[in-house]
Amino acid sequence: MLRRIRALKSISALVLAGAVAFTMAGCGSSDGSAGSSGSGGSGGSSDGKIVMGFSQVGAESGWRTANTKSVQESAQEAGIELKFSDAQQKQENQIKAIRSYIQQKVDVIAFSPVVESGWDTVLKEAKNANIPVILTDRAVDSQDTSLYKTFLGSDFVEEGRKAGQWLVEEYKDSTDPVNIVQLEGTTGSAPANDRKAGFQEVISADSKFKIIASQTGDFTRAKGKEVMEAFLKSNPDIDVLYAHNDDMGLGAIEAIEGAGKVPGKDIKIITVDAVRDGMQALADGKINYIVECSPLLGPQLMDLAKKVVNGEQVPTRVVTEETTFTQEQAKEALPNRKY
Amino acid sequence: MTAPAPILRMTGIGKQFPGVKALDGVDFRLLPGEVHALMGENGAGKSTLIKVLTGVYDIDAGEIELAGRKVAFAGPQAAQRAGISTVYQEVNLCTNLSVAENIFIGREPRRLGRIQWRRMRQRAAELLARLEIDIDVSAPLSSYSLAIQQMVAIARALDIEARVLILDEPTSSLDAGEVAQLFRVMRRLKEQGIAILFVSHFLDQIYEISDRMTILRNGRLVGEHLTSELSQIELVGKMIGRELADLERLGAKPAAESSESSAGKPVPLLEARELGRTGAIEPFTLTIHEGEVVGLAGLLGSGRTEIARLLFGADHAGTGSLRIGGEQVSLRTPRAAVSRKIAFCSENRRAEGLIPDLTVRENIILALQAARGWTRPIPRRRQDELVDKYIKALSIRPPDPDQLVKNLSGGNQQKVLLARWLILEPRLLILDEPTRGIDVGAKAEIQRLVAELSDGGMAVLFISAELEEVLRLSHRVGVLRDRRLVAQLENGDDLTTDTLTETIASGARS
Amino acid sequence: MSRTLRPLLNPVLRHRMLWPVVILAALLLLNLFFTNGFFKVEMKDGHLYGSLIDIVRFGAPLILVSLGMTLVIATCGIDLSVGSIVAISGALACLWISELGDQNSIGGVLTAVALGLGLSVALGAWNGFLVAGIGIQPIIATLILMVAGRGVAQLITDGQIITVNSSPYKLIGGGYWLTLPFGIIIVIAVLALTAFLTRRLALGLLIESVGGNAEASRLAGIRSRGVLMMVYAFCGLCAGIAGLMISSNVSSADGNNAGLWIELDAILAVVIGGTSLAGGRFSLGGTVLGALIIQTLTTTIYSIGVPPETTLLFKALVVTIVCLLQSPAFREKAFRRRRRPAAAASASAEEEAGEERVGVSA
Ligand SMILES: Nc1ncnc2c1ncn2[C@@H]1O[C@H](COP(=O)(O)OP(=O)(O)OP(=O)(O)O)[C@@H](O)[C@H]1O
Ligand SMILES: [Mg+2]
Repeated sequence: MLRRIRALKSISALVLAGAVAFTMAGCGSSDGSAGSSGSGGSGGSSDGKIVMGFSQVGAESGWRTANTKSVQESAQEAGIELKFSDAQQKQENQIKAIRSYIQQKVDVIAFSPVVESGWDTVLKEAKNANIPVILTDRAVDSQDTSLYKTFLGSDFVEEGRKAGQWLVEEYKDSTDPVNIVQLEGTTGSAPANDRKAGFQEVISADSKFKIIASQTGDFTRAKGKEVMEAFLKSNPDIDVLYAHNDDMGLGAIEAIEGAGKVPGKDIKIITVDAVRDGMQALADGKINYIVECSPLLGPQLMDLAKKVVNGEQVPTRVVTEETTFTQEQAKEALPNRKY
Repeated sequence: MTAPAPILRMTGIGKQFPGVKALDGVDFRLLPGEVHALMGENGAGKSTLIKVLTGVYDIDAGEIELAGRKVAFAGPQAAQRAGISTVYQEVNLCTNLSVAENIFIGREPRRLGRIQWRRMRQRAAELLARLEIDIDVSAPLSSYSLAIQQMVAIARALDIEARVLILDEPTSSLDAGEVAQLFRVMRRLKEQGIAILFVSHFLDQIYEISDRMTILRNGRLVGEHLTSELSQIELVGKMIGRELADLERLGAKPAAESSESSAGKPVPLLEARELGRTGAIEPFTLTIHEGEVVGLAGLLGSGRTEIARLLFGADHAGTGSLRIGGEQVSLRTPRAAVSRKIAFCSENRRAEGLIPDLTVRENIILALQAARGWTRPIPRRRQDELVDKYIKALSIRPPDPDQLVKNLSGGNQQKVLLARWLILEPRLLILDEPTRGIDVGAKAEIQRLVAELSDGGMAVLFISAELEEVLRLSHRVGVLRDRRLVAQLENGDDLTTDTLTETIASGARS
Repeated sequence: MSRTLRPLLNPVLRHRMLWPVVILAALLLLNLFFTNGFFKVEMKDGHLYGSLIDIVRFGAPLILVSLGMTLVIATCGIDLSVGSIVAISGALACLWISELGDQNSIGGVLTAVALGLGLSVALGAWNGFLVAGIGIQPIIATLILMVAGRGVAQLITDGQIITVNSSPYKLIGGGYWLTLPFGIIIVIAVLALTAFLTRRLALGLLIESVGGNAEASRLAGIRSRGVLMMVYAFCGLCAGIAGLMISSNVSSADGNNAGLWIELDAILAVVIGGTSLAGGRFSLGGTVLGALIIQTLTTTIYSIGVPPETTLLFKALVVTIVCLLQSPAFREKAFRRRRRPAAAASASAEEEAGEERVGVSA
C-alpha cells in the first residue's frame, strides 16, 4: 500500500518535471533550457542617445547565440544604448524585464517572445507609457495589433517556397517522377508547419513531384540520421531530401553515405538555416541548396527602432533579409560566415 | 447444546497455488456466539482458508454461504461490507499514518464531506481504551511496538459492525496482560452473538477461549470438535498426524543446566556497562558468556527489544560502553555487529526481517552473503547445502528453496528468518520472539536447537513474551520494567513463572 | 486447450516475459508488410546490414541507459539525470577532440573517452551521494542534475553544436568491428558485465534486497549506502557510454538535444521489462527486450509512415497495451470477470478448477 503510494508520487513528480522542462521550438533548431543572464543597467535616455530594452528568449542554440551577438553588435554600431536581458525560456522573466524597461522609461522595447500568448497586459502597459514595442523572430497572438509597432522575423512559409522553387527549377527538364522524402522539424512548431506548407504549395503545381515519406526528425542530427536510415530501407529510390534544418540534413548525409550512396548526387539535398556546418557540407557538394534563415537581424532591428522612435511609419510585418545559397555561393560565403 | 444455524458455512473448499495445494475439500462452519479455533501446523492452510473466505483469493472449488446465502466476495472490502471483519496474520497497516487514521482509514467520520479529525481521535482513543491501551493516537503508528500495532489492528476490526470477527494469530506478539484483555473483549462480543474465528499456536489460549475447533492438516480437514471434548495431547496428535513421541520432548527440559559450569568463568563474550539510550532504555549492565543463554522477560514496551537493538548496533547507544571478547567496541551499524559474529533475529519479520520478493534460498543466505561482501558470492553448491540443511532442521514447508518467501505461511517465514541467522554460526545470537507464530512441533524443535547451540558454545540472548519458554531455555533471566533492567535472576529450581511474574510486577531487585 | 497440453504450456504462458515477446514479434511482423526483406540480414563490404541490425544499433544507447536504470529502479530509486549525463559526456569528449591537433590520434580520442566516462561516473556518484549519503529522495536528487546537467552541457559546448572529424571516435557509434556495428558490441559487453556483476557475483542479490526492504537489509548487515553509490555511479557510466555513442554516431555534440527525454524511454523500457518501480526484483533480459520494443516501435513508425502528428498517439497506444498486458492486476481483472459467471454456472468442482487455470494463463 505504502509502496504503491510512493510509486504514484514518483510518477506524478516525473510528469511534473517533464512539464517544467518542456520548451518550445524557434527558428532553426529546437530549444533546451537555462543559459546566462544579461545585464540590466540604469537610467533612461540622458544624452539624446536612443535607449532600447531587449529581452532575449535564452541562449538555447547556436542560432540564438548568433542572434544575440548580432543585436548587441549592431546596437553599438548604430549608437543605440542597449539594455539586454536573458529570459532563460521563461515568460515571467520576460514580463518582468519588460516592466522594468517601462519603469526605466526606455525609448523602445524589443523582444523575442518565449511563447505566443499572454502578452496583452504588459503590452498595454507599454502602450500606456508611450513606449513602442518591436517583436523579433517570433510572433504573439494578440488580437489587438496596435499593441506593437512591427514584427521583424523570418517568413518560414517563404523559406519553404524558396526550397520548392529551386527544386522545380532543378527538375524542369525532366518528366520522370521525382521521389521526395522530407525531414520535418519538431511536430507542431511554427517553422516545421510553415516550411512544410510553403514547400508543398510550390511543388504541388507539378504532379511529378511526390513526397513519398515525411517524418519528424526533431531538428536534431541524431534523429535526422535515424529517420533517414529508415527511409532508405523502406524506399529504395529516393531522388530528393528536403530537411527543415541543416542539422537533420547533416545527420541524413551520414545515413545516405552509410547506405553506400552519394549525398548530393544520388540523392539531392535541400535544407534550411545555413549554419556553418551546413554551409561547409554545401561547399563540399554534399548538400545541393540551402535556404537561409538568418539570425542576423540586428541591423534591421536598429533601423526600425530609429524610425519608430522618430515617429516614422513602419510596416507591421518586416521580413528578415535572407538569401539562398547554391554550392558555388557557399564556397564564396563560407570564409566570412559569422555562425 | 442445540446448535443454531451456522452464520457461515464453507463446503468443499479447494485452493491451488502453483505447486502447492493449499486447501483441498475443506468444510467449515461457524456458529453465531461461539469462539471457533482454527488449528493446524504451519502451512496447514489456516490463513488461506481465511483469505479465500474474505475474497483475497478466488476459490478453485467449493461454496461459501453467509447466513444461508451464497457469496463470493470480490475483496476484503466487500467482505467487510457484508459484516465480516478481519485481522489478517500479516498486519497490513500504514505505519507512516497516525494510529487514529489507521483505525478509521477508508471510513473516516465525516460531516458535510469533511473529515472530523477531532472526533476521529476521540473515537480511536475510546476504542483502544476498551483494550486497555492508553497511547497518543495522533502519533504515527511506526513509533509504536509491534504489539501495539497488533492491538491497533484489532481495535480497527472491533469497531466495524460485524457479524463475524476473524482473528488470525492476533496474540502472537502479545503479553499475558494484553491477551487477557483481548479475551475479555472477545467474550463480550460472543455474548452479543457475534461469531469469532480465532487462530493461535498457543494451546493454553485455545483452551481458555474457544468453544469449538476445526483442525486442518496439509490443506485437508481433519475434524471438528468441541474443545471440551478433546485433550491437548489428542489435539496435537491430530494436528501433527503423528503420535505422541514429539510431545514427550516438549515436556522435557532441554539440556539447560548442563553447561552451567562453562558459564561465567572466562572472559565474558559480551559486557555492556551502563549502556543506554535516552527514551529507549535506561543504562543497564549485562554480561553474557560463551555457551550461556540469557533470557529477557518483561511486559510489552518494557525495553526488551531496545536492549537487543543496542547490542546489535541497530540503534546507537547514548551512554555506556560495550566490550566484546574483552575488547572495547562501539557498534555503529548492524554490519559492525555482524562482522563480530553477533546476530539479531528481529521480532518484526515483515518490516525488519524478510525480503518478501526474494526466494527462500536468497533470504536464508542474505546475511552470510552480506558479511562476505558482493565480490565473493557463496558458491551455488554451498548455498544448496546450507539451505537444505536448515530447511530440514527447521522443517520449512514447502521445502522448496526457490519459492518466494512471501508465498510461505507465517510460521514458515519465521523459520526462514531464523535460518538466516543460524547459518552465520554467530558467537552471540539475539533472538527476539523467535517462536512467534510457530506451531507446537516446530517450537519444540527450535528450542532444542537453541539449547544445542548453546551447548556448542554459542551465547544466546533470548527474548520472549512466553515466560515458560524463557525459563525452559535460560541459564539466567534479566527482568525488565519501565525501560529498566531491574533484576537478573539465576535460573535455579526456585525460579518459576510465578516468581518471575511477581518480579516483573514489583520490579524488586533480588 | 486440451488437458494433456496444459501442463506443458503453462510455464510458457505464465512466464512474465511472454507478453513483451509477443508484442515485439507482432511489431516486427507488422514491418514485414511495409518493408521488403525486413528480416533479411546481408553482408555488405564485410558488414552485417539489415533492418534488424539497425534496430539494435539505434537502440544501443537506449539499451545502455536502461540497463543502468534497471539497477537504480531495483533499489527502489530512479535516475532522471541520465539524459543530461548523455549530453555532458558527449559534449566533453567532442570538445576535447575538437581541440586536438590531430583529431585522428588514437591517444587523444582515448583520453577524450576517458574524460567523458570519468565525468559521467563522477556525476552518477554525485547522485548516489545525494540519495544514500544525504538521504534526499531519488526523484528529487536526480532532478537537480537533470536540470543543471543540460546547463553544464551547454556550457561545455558554448551553446553550439561541436562537430568533430575523427575516425577513431566515429568507430564508437558508427563503426564496425568483426562485421558487427561497434555499438552492438559495446552493448553486448556492458550487458555481459552487468550480468556478471549482478548474477555471477552477489551484487544483484544485495540490490534486490535493498530495493525489496531497505530496513531489513540494513539489519542483515548489508552496506546499503555502498550499494546505492555503486548503482548510481554505474548508471552514470552507462549513460556516459550512451552519450559517447550518440555523439560519435553523428560526429557532433549537441548539448541541447542529445539524450533529450531518454530517461523517460529508459524508465518505460525497464517497466515493460517487468521490473517494478517499487524496487526489488529486476530483470536485465526484460529491460533489453523493453528497449528493443521501444526502438522497434520507433522504426515501425518510420517505415509504415505514421504521420508525425499522430506518432505520439500511436506510440502511447502500443505502450499502453504492453503495460496493461504486463500488469498481473489487469490480467486478473480482465479474466476474472469472464470467469465468474462460468464458475457460478458450472456445478462440477473439477470443471471450475480447469476454468481458473485457463483464465490465469490466457
Ligand atoms: N500466495 C501464495 N502462493 C503460493 N503458495 C502459497 C501462497 N499463500 C500460501 N501458500 C502456501 O499455502 C500453504 C498454506 O499456507 P497458509 O498461510 O494458509 O498456512 P497457515 O496454516 O496459515 O500457517 P501458519 O501457521 O504458518 O500461519 C503453505 O504451504 C503456503 O506455502
Ligand atoms: Mg497463517
